[in-house]
Amino acid sequence: MILELKNIYKDYPQGKLTVHVLKDISLEVEEGDYIAIMGPSGSGKTTLMNLIGCLDVPTSGSYYLAGKDMSRLSDNQMAEIRNQYIGFVFQTFNLLPKLSALDNVALPLLYAGVKKKERRARAEEALRKVGLGDRLEFRSNQLSGGQCQRVAIARAMVGNPKILLADEPTGALDTKSGDQIMELFQQLNEEGVTIVMITHEPDIARCARKIYHIRDGEFSKGNSGEFGNEDNGEFSNEENGEFSIEESGEFVKEDSSEFNKEDSGEAAE
Amino acid sequence: MIENIALAFQGVWSHKLRSCLTMLGIIIGIASIISIVSTIKGTNEQIKENLIGAGNNAVKIQLYQGEEPCDFSWNSVPDGALPLTEDIREDLLGVKDVEEVSFFLSRNYVENVFYQNLAFNGSLYGIDSHYFDVYGYYVQWGRGFTEQDYSTYRKVCLLDHTAVSTLYSNDVNPIGTTIEIWGEPFTVIGIVDQASAFEPVINSMQDYNTYMQNTSGQIFVPDTVWGMLYRFDEPQQVVLRAANTDAMTNVGNRGAEVINEGMGNGEDSELRYKSENLLEQAKQLQDLSASTNQQLIWIASISLLVGGIGVMNIMLVSVTERTREIGLKKAIGAKKRKIRLQFLTEAAVLTSLGGIIGVIAGIGMATIISRVTSTPTAISVPAILVSVIFSMVIGIIFGLFPAIKAANLNPIEALRHE
Repeated sequence: MILELKNIYKDYPQGKLTVHVLKDISLEVEEGDYIAIMGPSGSGKTTLMNLIGCLDVPTSGSYYLAGKDMSRLSDNQMAEIRNQYIGFVFQTFNLLPKLSALDNVALPLLYAGVKKKERRARAEEALRKVGLGDRLEFRSNQLSGGQCQRVAIARAMVGNPKILLADEPTGALDTKSGDQIMELFQQLNEEGVTIVMITHEPDIARCARKIYHIRDGEFSKGNSGEFGNEDNGEFSNEENGEFSIEESGEFVKEDSSEFNKEDSGEAAE
Repeated sequence: MIENIALAFQGVWSHKLRSCLTMLGIIIGIASIISIVSTIKGTNEQIKENLIGAGNNAVKIQLYQGEEPCDFSWNSVPDGALPLTEDIREDLLGVKDVEEVSFFLSRNYVENVFYQNLAFNGSLYGIDSHYFDVYGYYVQWGRGFTEQDYSTYRKVCLLDHTAVSTLYSNDVNPIGTTIEIWGEPFTVIGIVDQASAFEPVINSMQDYNTYMQNTSGQIFVPDTVWGMLYRFDEPQQVVLRAANTDAMTNVGNRGAEVINEGMGNGEDSELRYKSENLLEQAKQLQDLSASTNQQLIWIASISLLVGGIGVMNIMLVSVTERTREIGLKKAIGAKKRKIRLQFLTEAAVLTSLGGIIGVIAGIGMATIISRVTSTPTAISVPAILVSVIFSMVIGIIFGLFPAIKAANLNPIEALRHE
């Protein structure tokens, strides 16, 4: 089990009231898995991602990342864990505009204390892997959105993290570039990278093998379980219609609309 | 660390105008301090070398009656005052750092010197053959005193330029003429000039008297003829040339002791030789100039303080502007220390750069000041080092708060910052 969340609660004080953002969240992710967490805004999915990403600690409950307890860490310890175990991909890329693609990708290695020469070599390799081997010295304003996100993915992957944590990775991209990013995720997952993706787009979520729905801080059943143990070689876009049980007791039908990989992976440019 | 500094330079460079404006406070502060310190140092060195040393490092030792120096301008010679002997001269030459010794007699404001119908009321000196060596006089025209002048009591004299211009009209060649001193005819054999001229600083009545003595003209005669002019051989005065300016006080004190011992003047005797403490006087002058300038330095320090606050302000703006960058860096694993270091380095680089530019500007200002006011300046290397280090420290002090603020940002909120 690479990720193990047990009975996680997260409260935020808001004035005199306490807002329960996450309520009794339990989640297990196996190594090499690819999951999506879906939910409307305000559902607590970002808070959940912050917890998984070791940017925050739960109010109660326990969180194990690669077998280690992460629920009671200091700021600096969390920084170290983030650096070594987690690769972040953000909706808005968050590249540093003054640095070249190469320097952006090498940044996590700087904080890991890797020597300069090795940093460059590894960053170059990571950029090659995402298909940007010819854009090493480009800055983010010289790159398209899709390319920027690929630089960000290279940055996330350069330190060989345990999990890739993506927050709306396609949210700022057009469909075509978004699909390319999804393909890249697919490819990374096939290579054995564990991916946790947060999105509100069903089409994107469907790329994952399992989908968790979160609403009002609780998971509703939306786990497309049958893909969980399938071989990694083949990816199926299909998803069986599942019912998510909402807190209110309503049934939400999970669409099984087809997701076609219509493009053949052409670069955005 | 080197990478950090390089990154900080990049940061400073990418906001050129802003960085320049931020540095301006530091630049002005450091430049003022450097130029003030240079001017103080220059003035002090001028005081020391010109006023005290007078270019010759001559220390005068005078006869004191009680607490007052004997002044023969109007007073008579005190009882029991004796001339100095050749033995004492030998002893004086044995004192450490003494290069030359001269005995001489003098009167200020003499009233009985005439050339035809023109009168002279400067100073009259009866000198031995070493006097000119000590004070750095040289014979410009004519000749100096010879052994024979001394041994045969020749009535000859030398004039300085002021005496010449007082006694003679422009078309007369003084050499060979005869002037009248106390009714005695003296032949002018030469004109002397001082090798190192200097502009004295007048700060007391004593300075004024010394200055006037010299500026109202000097006439020199051999000391052997002094007795023909005055009823008494007045007690001689002593002048020593010290090896260097700093040794002058010691040479003066030790010289006075040697003379008192040689003449048998006990601790409690009424008449004693004492050296004029020029170094002390000069030190007071130096202190005066230093204390006025120290006030200027305080004012300049205020501009440094203002500069420092400007740096803090701009660093806070920079932290706010780069909140997302900080958030991202923290998310990908930068510890607090790294973030803090980044901003501290940037602030320190900014102010150090300001400090270095300030030093250069300060040296420039000091040079201009010295050109315009024709006072010397001396660039003080310690002041430069201290200034640059100090400006770096300002950066660290005033950058600390913004850096801590940046390091303590919550990465979640920082990433969400627009």
